[in-house]
Amino acid sequence: MSFSNDQLERIAAGLRGEVIGLSHRAKTPHLGSSLSCIDLLVAAYWGFLRTDPADPGNPDRDRLVLSKGHAAPALYTALCARGFFPRHLLEEYGHDGAALAEQPAPGCAPGVEWATGSLGHGLAVGVGCALAARVQKRDYRTLVILSDGECNEGSVWEAALFAAAQKLGSLTVMVDYNKWQATGRSNEVMALDPLREKWESFGWESYEVDGHDHAEIRAALACAEIPGREKPLAIVAHTVKGRGVSFMEDDNNWHYRIPTAEELVAARVELGLE
Amino acid sequence: MRNAFAAEITKLAAERDDLVLLSGDIGNRLFDKFKEIAPGRFFNCGVAEAGMIGVAAGMAACGLRPVCYTIASFLTYRVIEQIRLDLGYHHQRVLLVGTGAGLSYASLGATHHSVEDMGMLRLIPGLAVLAPGDAVELRSAISAALDYEGPVYLRIGKKGEPVVHQNPVDFQMGRALRVREGGRVWILALGNMLPVAMQASDILESRGISTGVASMGSLKPLDEALLREVFAGADLVATAEEHSVLGGLGTAAAEWLAREGRGAKARLLTFGTPDEFLHQTTHQLSARAWAGLDAETMAASIERSLQV
Repeated sequence: MSFSNDQLERIAAGLRGEVIGLSHRAKTPHLGSSLSCIDLLVAAYWGFLRTDPADPGNPDRDRLVLSKGHAAPALYTALCARGFFPRHLLEEYGHDGAALAEQPAPGCAPGVEWATGSLGHGLAVGVGCALAARVQKRDYRTLVILSDGECNEGSVWEAALFAAAQKLGSLTVMVDYNKWQATGRSNEVMALDPLREKWESFGWESYEVDGHDHAEIRAALACAEIPGREKPLAIVAHTVKGRGVSFMEDDNNWHYRIPTAEELVAARVELGLE
Repeated sequence: MRNAFAAEITKLAAERDDLVLLSGDIGNRLFDKFKEIAPGRFFNCGVAEAGMIGVAAGMAACGLRPVCYTIASFLTYRVIEQIRLDLGYHHQRVLLVGTGAGLSYASLGATHHSVEDMGMLRLIPGLAVLAPGDAVELRSAISAALDYEGPVYLRIGKKGEPVVHQNPVDFQMGRALRVREGGRVWILALGNMLPVAMQASDILESRGISTGVASMGSLKPLDEALLREVFAGADLVATAEEHSVLGGLGTAAAEWLAREGRGAKARLLTFGTPDEFLHQTTHQLSARAWAGLDAETMAASIERSLQV
């Protein structure tokens, strides 16, 4: 399965439209955080991960843990578009009794590997998945997507140190570095910069990419394919919160704001969906 | 108990290749044999307990059976949210083994006392809480815990605890082990209070008060059938634990009594640590005496209670 960068961008635009629609209909927040990581998810599911939507429990599948659980709508739309589950699950998102909640529950839908929502859990779980592969002599890869605000949590760095000590070359982290956390600039709240160098100093092979440029993301992910690698891979992806919609981009009000019907239409027009 | 744990887990690791052992940078030399027979299945996770629980959860989700081992206070208080979400919410089959539980490390101060651990963990849905009474019971409890279909917290002491069970026992989740049959009094002992309960029973028997002893190694699930029987038949039921009187076995028995106690004849006496930090320098035995958890004090309290 190979897609051109143009095709990936079109897929991402479609997912962005879906995510904004979900937020509007279900009145759920965290839209900006979902939009910033869409391209990372598209790069993962349309090119990197060896997973079969028809066999989501295969023990040899690559794992993706979306550790920033508040971006669940982005994950749901990606999984649905890749055929992991039928569209009606997406349409019921956020309703009482629906499978898909604002943040993912354990086993809520095929393809959702872990219930996240409390930040700082996903990387350690991903380390466990990667170590299990080693013990069981399987060759699957594990990819964990973190938010920058999440890197406030000490547990992220505990797991990072341990992964490097264990030489977990099958583990990759992508940090959705959108420069905002819930109530402030992530670099003002905590001294995250220089973020790539932090991962490097923790024993990871690390790269910085434009997290909306599919050629760059693809090139960084290709490093994970190198056989026999011993260092885990960290990709610090510079992203824009609210990416894809001019009136949402880099405006942290969209951490919590819900789009109106008019804003939904305007956003879809900008995304080339109307 | 920790030597019995190391021996048993090593034996089990030889029998099943899905068992992995994670340590929070303790147990120097304790697991040498384990590392020898299962070199790729021992992980020193460092002084990083939150990471260790998450790693174990991920391993369990991928089909391994992780056992996490470190000092009880660090394994529980520090990482309660990892336990609640990554193990409880996800219902992962991870066995947590807290060593030096209760007042075992009394001399190290309150940082190392774990007398609130069971109260905290008992609240997590689907998570079993076990505290076997001696090394014999522990060996059987490990297998029962590994067979359980959810997460388990297994609370053990340090080393050199007296052995009470003279023969191998069949530890079952939700089942107490009756060690001595009784009449007017039953002492329900949790974990390493079992030998103390036996001594208290000896004292009471010598004073003509028939006193049974059961080892309540399975705090959750609780042996409600035994509670029903002893509360209906005896005049007094006492619980004994190296744990706060809040949240542990005494509380569980009181909750059961309030909820299901119709037909109960016996009154309940709870022995445990008081609702305060222990500040003075002390060793395990003197810490027990501070809490009234020595056989003489317990026997005297029980005798006094029978008279009023």
